[in-house]
Amino acid sequence: MVTQVTSFSRNGLSDWLIQRVSSLILLAYFLFIGVQIVTGIDYTSWRALHDTTAMKVFTLLAIGAYVSHAWIGLWTVFTDYLTEYMLGSIGNVVRPVLQIAVVLTLVVYAIWVIQVIWG
Amino acid sequence: MLQVSVYRFNPETDAAPQMQEYQVETAGKDLMVLDVLEMIKAEHDASVTYRRSCREGVCGSDGLNINGKNGLACITPLSGAVKNNKLVIRPLPGLPVVRDLVVDMSLFYAQYEKIEPYLQNNSPAPAIERLQTPEDRAKLDGLYECILCACCSTSCPSFWWNPDRFVGPAGLLQAYRFLADSRDQATDERLAKLDDPFSVFRCHGIQNCVNVCPKGLNPTRAIGHIRTMLLSRAA
Repeated sequence: MVTQVTSFSRNGLSDWLIQRVSSLILLAYFLFIGVQIVTGIDYTSWRALHDTTAMKVFTLLAIGAYVSHAWIGLWTVFTDYLTEYMLGSIGNVVRPVLQIAVVLTLVVYAIWVIQVIWG
Repeated sequence: MLQVSVYRFNPETDAAPQMQEYQVETAGKDLMVLDVLEMIKAEHDASVTYRRSCREGVCGSDGLNINGKNGLACITPLSGAVKNNKLVIRPLPGLPVVRDLVVDMSLFYAQYEKIEPYLQNNSPAPAIERLQTPEDRAKLDGLYECILCACCSTSCPSFWWNPDRFVGPAGLLQAYRFLADSRDQATDERLAKLDDPFSVFRCHGIQNCVNVCPKGLNPTRAIGHIRTMLLSRAA
């Protein structure tokens, strides 16, 4: 079996399933937010909406889905195109560097969202 | 006169591959692409190198990239391939070229070997043969017909990028051929070996394999069945 320490769950089936479930969560979240915006919001109603525990949980779920979805997707792209096979030995430097950059960005996003909601 | 452009490369003498042009007189006949190659070899240039054997779509030797689409030269008629009186013949994409239209299939065969393409059954063999119901036998239709010509795997970008780790459509079609076989007892072991992020899950379902298969098989559907089996095994 091919093992990949940097893949999200180190298992192809889990990654594949997480990718699909997270896309549904994100779709539901963005549709919900979209409907809120289309039906008209102001600061007070927006703040009131995001102060509810249910909305906080939904947002947290959405950022979790976003982080896992983005990581699985970008990991797949990186291991397709930024490899030793495609770029020569430099590929084995470029890929980990970009992977670290993406992980850091996603962690910052997640912390930022949590801070905005609970801060 | 048909304009034929053939990929030429001899690693021993050429620095880089090049396309060589030939004018072939087909006398208006709807020949097969292999016939045109044979005419070039006989009448124009005996050094043009390609694989061929049965010339009737059974052996799978002459898989080539014909006007941009992979197929078997022996069963691809000019009427189905030629555009604007031009025929461009290249080797199968993604594999190292040995010479002209001949590619090194080692990576392709290594993936085939990986899926253990043989029946695994440790129960004592019966006196005559291991029987199947007609229904169980029918499950192998659309799977066993593969001739390993590599047209599908070499049209698959996931196989181009990860030929050492992604099994590829041909290998996965055969993996499912043994997973679906009622006589095979190694289902769990077979699935366990496919459960990583590359072997099966690099398939993104773009169906290039289905589009080019000269035998009309559907590797994407077989890969979907493998995913379902992996899911029901794990869930």
